[in-house]
Order: sequence, then structure tokens, then C-alpha cells
Amino acid sequence: MALPPTPVRQAPGVWADRVFGWLARGAAGLTLLLLAGILLTLLIGAWPAIEKYGLGFLTRALWDPGQNEFGALAMIYGTLATSLIALVIAVPVSFGIALFLTELSPVWLKRPLGTAIELLAAVPSIVYGMWGLLVFGPILAIYVQQPLQNLFGATPGLGVLFTGPPVGIGILSAGIILAIMIIPFISAVMRDVFEVTPALLKESAYGLGSTTWEVVWKVVLPYTKAGVIGGVMLGLGRALGETMAVTFVIGNMSQLDSPSLFQAANSITSALANEFAESGGGLHEASLLYLGLVLFFITFVVLAFSKWLLMRLQRREGGRT
Amino acid sequence: MDKPIQTSLPPKLTVRDLNFHYGNFHALKNISLDIAKKQVTAFIGPSGCGKSTLLRVFNRMYELYPGQQASGQVLLDGEDLLDRSLDVALVRARVGMVFQKPTPFPMSIYDNVAFGVKLYEKLNPADMDDRVEWALRKAALWEEVKNKLTASGMSLSGGQQQRLCIARGVAIKPEVLLLDEPCSALDPISTGKIEELIAELKNEITIAIVTHNMQQAARCSDFVAYMYLGELIEFGETKQIFFKPQRQETEDYITGRFG
Amino acid sequence: MSLILRDDVAARRFAARRRINRLALTLALVAMAFGVFWLIWILWETLRLGLGGLALSTLTQMTPPPNEEGGLANAIFGSFVMVAIATFIGAPIGVMSGIYLAEYDKGWLASATRFVNDILLSAPSIVIGLFIYTLAVKRFHTFSAIAGALALALLVIPVVIRTTEDMLRLIPAGQREAAYALGTPKWKVILQITLRAARAGVITGILLAVARIAGETAPLLFTALNNQFWSADLGAPMANLPVTIFKFAMSPYENWQQLAWAGVFLITLAVLLLNIAARWITREKR
Repeated sequence: MALPPTPVRQAPGVWADRVFGWLARGAAGLTLLLLAGILLTLLIGAWPAIEKYGLGFLTRALWDPGQNEFGALAMIYGTLATSLIALVIAVPVSFGIALFLTELSPVWLKRPLGTAIELLAAVPSIVYGMWGLLVFGPILAIYVQQPLQNLFGATPGLGVLFTGPPVGIGILSAGIILAIMIIPFISAVMRDVFEVTPALLKESAYGLGSTTWEVVWKVVLPYTKAGVIGGVMLGLGRALGETMAVTFVIGNMSQLDSPSLFQAANSITSALANEFAESGGGLHEASLLYLGLVLFFITFVVLAFSKWLLMRLQRREGGRT
Repeated sequence: MDKPIQTSLPPKLTVRDLNFHYGNFHALKNISLDIAKKQVTAFIGPSGCGKSTLLRVFNRMYELYPGQQASGQVLLDGEDLLDRSLDVALVRARVGMVFQKPTPFPMSIYDNVAFGVKLYEKLNPADMDDRVEWALRKAALWEEVKNKLTASGMSLSGGQQQRLCIARGVAIKPEVLLLDEPCSALDPISTGKIEELIAELKNEITIAIVTHNMQQAARCSDFVAYMYLGELIEFGETKQIFFKPQRQETEDYITGRFG
Repeated sequence: MSLILRDDVAARRFAARRRINRLALTLALVAMAFGVFWLIWILWETLRLGLGGLALSTLTQMTPPPNEEGGLANAIFGSFVMVAIATFIGAPIGVMSGIYLAEYDKGWLASATRFVNDILLSAPSIVIGLFIYTLAVKRFHTFSAIAGALALALLVIPVVIRTTEDMLRLIPAGQREAAYALGTPKWKVILQITLRAARAGVITGILLAVARIAGETAPLLFTALNNQFWSADLGAPMANLPVTIFKFAMSPYENWQQLAWAGVFLITLAVLLLNIAARWITREKR
């Protein structure tokens, strides 16, 4: 076959390229505006409360819509305390799960268990919350709270931690539910980073006669610490910003009078969920928006901190090699 | 200049005083040579000598990356390719390229071949069918795929994928075809097929090929350019370069004492 | 003599190390059992109580007043409508931004967008609800389905941006170059080559985003609110599963709690199926 004569070619136009480029740029710009919009809207909405209380809002313990007096301390305490409890439970458990999945599990069990953990990370938080309120709370009250009250009720200092009506709500309950909720997140990340540890590194440690535990603790964990910290921070971010898993079981009472783990309390998210739709404008609404701003700020700090930590670890790693 | 840069045959591409920079790195230094019409010109030399870079100047691929700059002249039938006012798409339609690794697009075999044609020409379905068949025949792939034109291009073997890419390039009817180490990812049988293809295609198309394989350069090229560290060391007819190279460096390289 | 002694010490130390090892590995096993125990328990209760509360009337009847017969039809419909609208708004914006980050990546806009997207990904969903409340609900003086859908769309965008960018970056540069070498204009390279090659991953990202918003409650609490009745009016409050579940579960009424379990079961089922579908699509590709 001979080559047909050179065809008459039409150069593809440039306008389509330009339009597409601007669309993509516009979408990216919109994302930027979104954050600016969120911050600005919250700031404007919260302004009456910011004007009235200033930063003192953060340390004021009083929250009384009836008296039109507002302060965020009780909610900030609730948010931080529940998240802390959640981390204390979830981090070691997640580490154990990741260790099991990467080093101990028989091969046939690895995939199904790993997939199950990942799927559980997708279960909506309202499921955890509802289960916590209707199933777990009563059980916690009967089998944990009451025995503790009987045991330590008379002990000064300690007993007060366990006071409260035996219905299984409060800081501890919310913390446990949060822990169960974030375990899948943290363990999935930890498993992923443990798995990318080079086999050669592990083999050379085993070659020196190390036990499995020594390999994981002294070789794998230091090698993957950036990823592990990232996973923990991811879990912490989830816990801080979680609404439903907490709102169901925390009891929704803005008080700081009792340090009891079983006394109804409040977190920023549960206060917003319960009061915002009925706040009816005014200082109450502004204070709630101020709370939202504080929450956004806290999660931002966690994110920024973890990014900074990762960057520092990476830089040090880069310097070493 | 003491070395020959011209051939006795009419040139298709005329390169004069071409310099190329990646940022601060001077990758091509004062390259001048002619690429003869409907002949195969092979570029050889150790890794990093600039031979692939040179090829990527011929169809202005380097423009994809900011910080890469070419100066000098590359004339295609007397028209300067480096002239910014020339539509880059039309340049690439006239100067096709096939890469080291096969790069089938995520679509059917038929659509792979028709893809480039559709960019420039509005053909009716029957004409398009003819063009696709013509290109696949040119690439010696037609017999193997004629019954599965709707199968994904990714489903072919490595050698078939590379011939599909050649068919895709040929389908637009370019005047020049640039082959950047087209066989380095292929087995010997597929390599043989591609070499036969090159011999067949040069009846109609000017071909420039970059290769690491000395035998391949000797087997299928008419002219050879030996490059080293961004410079054109020696250029001439294949027989002359392989049997009596003028420069010691060239001889060292082709006899395997270096590189 | 001293040699034997050293051996003895070494043996004792080795025994101690083995004991620590065994203890640690046992604890790992316990942790696994502990984690799995809770999760199975939760899923089991959801299945048991959810199936117990589920009947055909759940799908066909409206949400009832306390202690009366009813179903979740209006809530299921509302959730479906809002999730669909949110996806149609959020997914294209997310995909286009992801394209910008992966294919046009240069200059301040790309790095700023990437940074902001990280913040949006970690932003509490209830804060997004607050934003839409002030932006839409307060301005137009009414809770509405469209406000709910907007809030959900804002949750879709960052997830889709992230997955789209990641997936596009996995496409080998050679494929892009080959397309450009034919003289293909950039928008065609992106739409017909790279996005097409990455489509399984991008669709997976969108499905995961849908799965995420399907169960989201917090951003709907003060945007779509809730509605006891069937409503298809986008400008009015619309019933939806998560908020209905929240309201019913917190109530003391037996029939409401039963419906809440049925609702939770349906949502969990939908979310898990979406996740499995997303996995299945990417598995096909490999």
C-alpha cells in the first residue's frame, strides 16, 4: 500500500484548552474560598460573643442560656477529656492489632481481618453512638460503675470520681465509645506503615537473634514512627471533631462541678448538636458559633502539629542518610 | 567545523548550532547535522550523552517542562521548528514519536490508532476504518489484531503494544518518526519485528532512532551519529562509522571498550 | 569456669527475652480479640435489633408520632435526595480541583489548595453544618433540603480532591508524554487519557465520599433539620435517616427506638455495600 497524499490537517483549537484550564483553576480556587468563607462566616456570626467575652470565654466555666451567660471551659474540658480517654485506650489496642496483623496472624486470616478493620472504619458514627446509649451504657453502669462505687464510694478523693446516677453516661462512656470508633482508623494506618517496613531490615534484625517483639519494638516502630504518629493524630482529629458518638452518651449538661467520670457532661460538639437549632439567635447562638470556631482551631492545631512533626522527622531522616 | 555534518542526500531535518539547557545544565552543545530524507539515522552514545534530549527537541516535547530551553535552528523542510509562532500541535503531527516503554492509551486497539487521526482530520467512519487498517498493516500488527479491534490496547503483549504505538504514530501520516529506544523493553523476537518494520517504513518516512544496542544501529540505520557529553563527536554513513571511524572515542565506544 | 558462668548468664537473659516476647505477643493477641470483640458486638446488636425492627412498612410508611405504626419512607427518600444532590455538586468540583493539583501543579494556588484541602479533610463535620447554617439557613430564614445537600457536598469535595489527585499521579508520565507527542491538546490528554486511565480510582474515591456522607448526621442537624412528613420540596426542611435516627433513639418511645434500630441497620448496610463496591472496582482494575 502506498502512502496516501499528506492529509489536510486542522490544528486543534486553543480555546477549549483555555476554558478547561480555567475550570480546573476555578475549582481549586473555590476550595480555597471555602475555607476562607467558613472562617469568616463563623467569625462574623460569633462576633457578639467574641466582643463580650474575648479570650476569657475559653476559661469561663459558666454556661447558662437561661441567664444568657456563656463560657466554654466545660465543653472544652469535655472535648479534651473524652478524646484523651479515647487515645489512652485506642493507641495500645491499635498497636496490638497492627502487630498481630503484620507479625502473628496466619496468612489466611490476614486479609479478612484487615478488610474487616478497614470496613469498620467506614461505619457511621451514629451507629456507635446509638449502641453506646442503648446497649453499652446500661451494661457499663451495672458491671463497672456500681462495683466501683461500692468499692471506692467511701474513699475520700477517689470516690468522687465514680459518683452519678447508674445509667452509664458521662465522660468515661463517651471516651470508650470514641476509642472503639477510632481503633479501626489508627490500626489500619499502623498496619499499613508496618507492612512497608523493608523485609531486609527486619530479616537482618532477626538474623542477629532478635525476638519478634524486639524486632517490632526496636526496628519496625522507630523506622515507621512518622507514619504511626500520623495515624494517632488522625484518630485524635476524628475524636475531637466527632459529634454523634459523643452526643448520645455524654449526657449534655454543661457542668464542671463534679469531676466524676459518670456524671453527665458536655463536649463542644454535643453542645452544638443539642442547642444550636433551638438557640434562636442572639448571644446564645453567637456563643455556640464561637464554640465552633474554637473546635475548628483545636483540630487545626492537631493537624498542624502532626504535619510539623512529620516534616521534622522526615528532615532528620533525610539528614541521616 | 572539521567534521562532516551533511549527507549527500537531500535533508529532511537540518540542525544548526543547537544548544539545550535544563536549568543550569548545558545538555546539548552546538549540535549541527542533517537528517536525510527517507533514511534511518541512529543516535548512539553512553547514557546521558544527550541523544534522547536531541530527539525530544525535534518535536518540541521539552516544552512540557518548564526550565528547559533550546536555541539554534531545527529546520523541517526549511521551516524552523523552534519558532514559537508555529503551532506545536501541527509540528507534532508532522513529527511523530514512539517511546522506550509501550504507552497504549486506556481504550480499544481501534480507538488507540484512531485517536491521533481524530485530532486533525474529520473522517467518515468508512475512511477511518481504512486508515486504522492501513496504519495497523504498516505496523505489521493487522493480522494479529484484526479480530479483536475492540479489545483494550492494554491487553496486548509488550511487543504488540509497541507496534500499536507505532501504528498510532504512523496513522497521522507524519513525515518524520522519532523512535526513542523503542526496543529496550522488548524481547529479541519483538525487537526483530520492529527492526523489519523500520526497514519497511523508511520507504515513506524519515526515521531518527536512539538506541543503546550497537548491533541494532548497525543493522537498521543508514547514518549514525555518536554523541558524548552533549556533543556530536562523529557523524557519517553507518558503514563508515562502524568500519573506519575517524575518531578514537567513537571506535572505543562501538567496540565496547568504553560506555 | 568463667565460660560456663557466662553461658549461664546468657541463657538466663535469653530466657527473659523470650518471656518478654511471649508476653508482648500474647498482649497483641488480646488486643486483637479486644478490638474485634467490640466491633462484632456492635454489628451484632445492629443486625439483631435492626432486623427485628425492619418490616415492609418500614420502607413504605411515613415516620409516625410516638406509639403509632409507621415507617421510614420519607426519611429514606430525603437521605437519598440529599446525598444525590451533594454528590452531583461536590464530585465535579472535587474532580476538577484534583485535576488542577495533579496536572497543572505549579505556583502558589496548587500548594495553597493542597494545604487548605488537608484542613477541610480534618474539619469537624458539625462545623461545616454551622457554616451552611449561617450562609443559607439564616439568610433565607428556613431550614431546607438544599442547605443539607450543600453541607454534605462540602464534605464530598475534599475526599474527592485527595483521591483524584493521588490517582492521577499514579498514571505513568510516559502515557501523558505519548499523548502530547501526538499533538493532543491538554484538556483532551486529561479527559481522554489520564482521567480515563485513573477512572477506577476516581470512582472509588467518589463512592467512598458518598459512603461517608450517607451516614453523616451532624451537618444535617441544623441545615435540613427534619420533617415528619413526606416532602420533595428542596426549599423546605426534609426528613432524613440520620437525624430521624438521632431523634428516635434519644426518645423514650419503644416504637421510635425500634425504627431507629431499623434505620441504623439500613444505613450501615448501605455504607458497607458502597465500601465493598468501591473495593471491588479497584480490584477489577488490578
